[in-house]
Amino acid sequence: MGAPATDSPPAAAAPAAREPLIRTEHLTKVYEGRQGPLRAVDGVELSIGAGEFFGLLGPNGAGKSTTIGMLTTSVIPTDGRVFVSGIDARANPAAVKRRIGVVSQSNTLDRALTVWENLYYHARYFGVPARDARARADELLERFALADRARSMVFELSGGLARRLMIARALAHRPAALFLDEPTSGIDPQTRINLWELLADLHRQGLTILLTTHYLEEADALCDRIAILDRGRVLALGAPAQLKETHGADTVITLQVDGEAAALRPRAEAIPGVRNVEADGELLRVFASNPIGVLAELVREASAVGLHVRDAASQPPSLETVFLSLTGREYRE
Amino acid sequence: MSTAALAQRGARGEWATTFLAMLGRDVRVLRRQFGQFLTRTIMQPLLFVFVFAYVFPKIGEGFRGGAGGTSFTTVLVPGLIAVAINFQGIQAVALPLVQEFSVSKEIEDRVLAPVPVWLVGLEKIVAGALQSVIAAAVVFPIVYLVHAHGAAPVVHIHDWPLFLAAIVFASLLAAALGLFIGTVIDPRKITLLFSVVLLPITFLGCVYYPWAELAPLPWLQYLVLLNPLVYMTEGLRASLTPQLPHMAVWASLLALAGGSAALAFVSLRTFTRRVRT
Repeated sequence: MGAPATDSPPAAAAPAAREPLIRTEHLTKVYEGRQGPLRAVDGVELSIGAGEFFGLLGPNGAGKSTTIGMLTTSVIPTDGRVFVSGIDARANPAAVKRRIGVVSQSNTLDRALTVWENLYYHARYFGVPARDARARADELLERFALADRARSMVFELSGGLARRLMIARALAHRPAALFLDEPTSGIDPQTRINLWELLADLHRQGLTILLTTHYLEEADALCDRIAILDRGRVLALGAPAQLKETHGADTVITLQVDGEAAALRPRAEAIPGVRNVEADGELLRVFASNPIGVLAELVREASAVGLHVRDAASQPPSLETVFLSLTGREYRE
Repeated sequence: MSTAALAQRGARGEWATTFLAMLGRDVRVLRRQFGQFLTRTIMQPLLFVFVFAYVFPKIGEGFRGGAGGTSFTTVLVPGLIAVAINFQGIQAVALPLVQEFSVSKEIEDRVLAPVPVWLVGLEKIVAGALQSVIAAAVVFPIVYLVHAHGAAPVVHIHDWPLFLAAIVFASLLAAALGLFIGTVIDPRKITLLFSVVLLPITFLGCVYYPWAELAPLPWLQYLVLLNPLVYMTEGLRASLTPQLPHMAVWASLLALAGGSAALAFVSLRTFTRRVRT
C-alpha cells in the first residue's frame, strides 16, 4: 500500500465518476415511411450508471431495437446524442464500439468458423494479441460451459447454446457494458431461466447490462431499473418496485358486462378502496388500492343497474398493471 | 508530437490490427474451404481449354486467332486467367455479402469492431482480390499446359512488373465490383447475377478475341469499353502475349487502377449506408 491514508473522499475523481456510463440526450429516430414519417424513437433521455442492470421494456414496435441500435452505433439518430463513457457515439463510433459488447436479436455468429474461432477472431478484431485471444477463447468456453463444443461449427449449436456463445463473444474484448436485444425471445422456458441466471451472474460480477425485452416478468426479475417504452417514448422510468408503487399500486379488476359499462361507472367509483374507473364499451376497468371485497361489490352494483357480468378478472399489482395505467391499453406480448 | 496526433497514430495502428485480424479470418475460412475454392476456380477454364485447345484440334475443328496464325490457345491464356480473376473476385465478395445482409446478419459482428465501417468493406475487397490472385495462379498452369499436340500457346512473361501490376489491379477491380454488386443487388434476385452480369461480362470481355480485332464492328468495339473484364484481359495480353494485338499498356492499366479506385470508393459508400441505417 503506497498511498497514505486520507480521510477526505477522492474529490478530484468525482466529476468524471458521476458521468453515467451510458447517456442519451433527446434521442430521436424518424423513418420515412410510405404513410409519412414514423417517429420510431421520440426524444428518449436515458442515464445508466456503471454496474447497473437496465431494462428497456415495451411491446413490439415500441422502439426498443431502434434505441439499442442507436446506442450501439448501428442506427444513426435523426436527432439527439448518445454518450458512452462520455464519448459521443456519432463523432467517434469506433471508440464507443471498443467499450461495448452487443448481442443482437438474431443469430449473428460466424457460420464459417468453429465455436472457438468465433471467440478467438472476435477478440482479434478488437486488437487482442493472438496469444491472449487464444487464452481468452479457452477461458470463455469454460466459463460458459461450451468447452466440449469448442470444435463444433456454430450451425450445429441449439438456439440456447448459440445465444450463450453470442454472449460469450460479446464479452471477449472485456467491454464496459453489454447490450442485449431481446435475448430470450424465441427460446424455450428452461433455456430462458438458464440465461437469466447467466445474466444475473454477470451483473453480480459488476458488468453493466442493458437489455430490451417485451417480457414483463423478465424485466421485473432481472433489472435494477426499467424504462417503459411505448410508441418511441419513455412513459416511466425507475426500479420495478418503485414503478409499481407510483403507477400501478392498484389491483386492476376488469369486468365485462352485457351492456354499456359506463352506466356502472359512478357506482363503481363510490366503492371504498377504488381509486379510478375506466369504461370502454362493455369493459369496465377498476383500479383499486384496496381490492378486498371490491369485486363482490361490483357484481352487486352491476345487477342493481340491470347489467349482467359476463366475465371478471383481477390482476394483482405488476408491471402489466403499470403499463395498463400508463397507456390505458392491455399489454400484449 | 501532439497528443491528438499521437492518438490519431494509435487509432491507425488499431485499425491495421483489426484489418489484419479480419483478413486472417478470411484466410482461415479459405483454407478450410480450399477444396471448394479449387473446384469452382478450375472447372470452367479446365473444361474450356479441354474442349477448345484439345478436343477441337483433334477432331479437326478449331479457331485460329486472327493475328498471323497464332493459335487460339494463345489468345485464350490471358483471357481465361482474366475470367478466373473476375469470377472469383465477384463471387468471393458478392455472394457471402448478399447472404450476410439478408439471412445470416453475420456481418454485424465485424461491423461492431472498433474501426470505421468502410474499413470492414475495404477488407472484403482485399480478401476478394487475394482470392482472385490465387485463382490466377491456379488457372495459369492449366490453360498453359492443357492442349493438343502442336496447339501450344505462345506465352512469355517479358515484363514481370507489368504482369504483376495487371494481375493485382485486375483482382482489386473484380473484388470492388463484387462489393458493389453485393451491396446494391436485391438478395431475392441474386440468381440473376450469373445470367445478367457474369455471362455478358465474360462473353463480351475480349476473352476469346483481342479487342483490336473487333475493329470490323466499331459499335461493339466501343460498347465493350464499358466492360471491366476487357481491361483485365487486355492488360494481361500486353504482359503475357505481347505478340498479339492488345490495347496500349497505359490505357489498360489506367482503367484497371482508376476503375478499382473509383468502384471501391462508390461501393464502400453504399456498403456503409447499407450497414448503418
